[in-house]
Amino acid sequence: MDALALHRLHFAFTITYHYLFPQLTMGLALLILVLKTIAVRRNDEQYHEAARFWGKIFAINFVMGVVTGIPMEFQFGTNWSQFARITGGVIGQPLAMEGVFSFFLESAFLGVLLYGEKRVSKWMHWFSAFMVFFGSWISGFFIIVTDAWMQHPVAYRIMANGQYEVTSFWALLLNPWGLLQYAHNMCGAVVTASFVMAAVGAFYLLEKQFVEYGRIFLKVGVIAGVVACVAIIFPTGDLHGKYVAHHQPVSMAAMEGLFHSGKGADVVLMGQPDYASGKVDNPIVVNNLSSFLIYGTTKAEVQGLDQFPRDQWPTTLPLLFYAYHIMAGLGTYFVALMLLAALMLWRGKLYTSRWIQWPLMLSFPLPYIANTAGWMTAEIGRQPWVVYGLMRTDQGFSKYVSASNSLFTLLGFMGLYVVLSILFVVLVYKEIQTGPHKAAAVPTLTVS
Amino acid sequence: MGFIWFWLVAVMLVAYVVLDGFDLGVGVLHLLLTRNDEERQTTIRAIGPVWDGNEVWLLASGGTLYFAFPLLYASAFSGFYLPLMIVLWLLILRGISVELRGHSSLGVWRTFFDGLFCFSSTLLIIFYGAALANVIRGVPLGTDSYFFLPLWTNWMVGPNPGILDWYTVIGGVVALVALTIHGALYLAVKTDGALQLRARATVRLLWGGLVLLTIGSLVATIAVRPSSLQNYYAHPIAFAIPVLVAACLAGILSFNRVGRDYAAFLCSAGYLTFMMVGAVSGLYPVLMPSITDPNLSITIDKALSGPHTLHVGLVWWGFGMLLAIAYFVFVYRMFRGKVDLGATGYGH
Repeated sequence: MDALALHRLHFAFTITYHYLFPQLTMGLALLILVLKTIAVRRNDEQYHEAARFWGKIFAINFVMGVVTGIPMEFQFGTNWSQFARITGGVIGQPLAMEGVFSFFLESAFLGVLLYGEKRVSKWMHWFSAFMVFFGSWISGFFIIVTDAWMQHPVAYRIMANGQYEVTSFWALLLNPWGLLQYAHNMCGAVVTASFVMAAVGAFYLLEKQFVEYGRIFLKVGVIAGVVACVAIIFPTGDLHGKYVAHHQPVSMAAMEGLFHSGKGADVVLMGQPDYASGKVDNPIVVNNLSSFLIYGTTKAEVQGLDQFPRDQWPTTLPLLFYAYHIMAGLGTYFVALMLLAALMLWRGKLYTSRWIQWPLMLSFPLPYIANTAGWMTAEIGRQPWVVYGLMRTDQGFSKYVSASNSLFTLLGFMGLYVVLSILFVVLVYKEIQTGPHKAAAVPTLTVS
Repeated sequence: MGFIWFWLVAVMLVAYVVLDGFDLGVGVLHLLLTRNDEERQTTIRAIGPVWDGNEVWLLASGGTLYFAFPLLYASAFSGFYLPLMIVLWLLILRGISVELRGHSSLGVWRTFFDGLFCFSSTLLIIFYGAALANVIRGVPLGTDSYFFLPLWTNWMVGPNPGILDWYTVIGGVVALVALTIHGALYLAVKTDGALQLRARATVRLLWGGLVLLTIGSLVATIAVRPSSLQNYYAHPIAFAIPVLVAACLAGILSFNRVGRDYAAFLCSAGYLTFMMVGAVSGLYPVLMPSITDPNLSITIDKALSGPHTLHVGLVWWGFGMLLAIAYFVFVYRMFRGKVDLGATGYGH
């Protein structure tokens, strides 16, 4: 592989691995806040203990997120220095703001949430749960602002030395692309957390362990899950998709596998795009759906890849097509499963129907795959640009960091992350097996 | 504007060294100073609630560097590619060893993370010291303001340097001894009994070495980069900085001898601050000196971001710093006092 491919893989690998943890912690922070709120309002010790239990799972994920997140901020400079030099005046801003406004806050209040329950009032403890939620959600916001500028640059000017600088701070933060992406992405985080919570609940009920907690987890997981699974498709996914179709039509054409422009464009539900022949093999098609989804009418003209010069096409086309279809397919499954589970909950049958508890328990890895595929859709769809329309990816990497050096450190990260994965799985399994405390005991936490 | 942001980044880096410095120093001493698992638990608990927040100063200064001086960020981070990646790996290992140690009562599990904590803390400090020394010594910048340094070449300061040479290794050793003392003083503040006595004794043991190393590094710096004295001659008031360094060194020992641990710790914080301020004062207005041609050095003017970016940045930065300081006061107050195993709900 050449240097460009290795630098791309370096960033792709480290960020994909990193985002396994924040997608859970951001969603879980909200669910812990819900548990904590119910606990304080009803003065219910069981909900307090439920919040403590998820606090322990949160803490392990948070540590993983912190240690794998630090390399992300440095890699703009180490592996993408030409990009960093040109764009620092714009996207350096939200990245620095994340550190200043979010990380300080999180580090302070997470300590209070996990270890300060005996030292502060119950309202202060609730407030620290709120602040952890708030901190992690603004952290996500600043990252999305950064990515949104790369997807859809706004509020910038080019200075005499070729570098970009921001012209309007608020226009940068309120980039419409970013707001849509943020809403869509945070729904994704809640989907992951609610599936994980529901899965642990289902596991406890199926295993007849910690049954009273299993019910709480199932109830909160399913209610949050059904809301998030609907909202991730409509309105957030729908609006975001339309925005992509208008501003990155070539990416949308590649995502859909639409080679030829035309009125009444179809949606390919499944198939294998063949770029040599310019068609999709073994397609399963819904007629006119693409036109309808983008323009609200089945007869609208949709631009295909043939409308764009070859050097503007995303560089890894089949992967883009598959990533998009995996995301959309899983999203559809999530809605179906969660609506069914919510119906069972409403009818009072969720806790006794093992046939629905099984898929709820087994489905927790799927939101991780869907979130990852969604991000791959966004980032591969942006290619061949690192900043859409302004800077091509092959102009962005560190030209003095050789392919060999990049491979060396990529392999290092891979080895290290294998170790982290093993430790993570062992610890989370141990916490789930230990479960919440049955009695209203003093939390005997053994972690930081 | 350039002057302001130069010093803001410098202040953030000093905050990082002073704050994360003590928990790194505790890491060095973690195995050397303790005799049993209970004591090791105590040292971990002493830094447990604060180490993560301390480390945020590194991220916040990295981010600030990125938007205020993008050219410096791009050049330095890609040029110091290998050592930075090693630093990242060490930060990962250190983070998990502090946080995961207490998750199991197995002896091998704890011993493994104890060793990892010690190892990663020690190497991190050496790399930080060497990194600062690299910036003082200078790097072979090209006409496009980029460079790339191997980890080592012939260990000499010359036209073909590596990250590690005799000068930068001295920087690493100074940092190691200084932060070990800093960590020992912090432990003396946070613990009592035998552990506290051992921490105090460690300070006395290393103090003489730190004095010699401080003088040695000063001489070496003037030899390697004579121009670092220019700012001092231009503004003779700057000669107060080495005097303050000496005063802080004296303070560390005298307060340590009479058992005033907190005052000694503050002196150590002062020592670190004035050492860094002294080094940075010698650099200004250069951010990254070239060892081949002074005209190629990256200066504030060359690297500074656009005016609007910096004006807006100043507003939110000031606001954000006030919040950050408030959080720190809150956390340090909440977890003040000696570490007490068992009695409270928090721990590791």
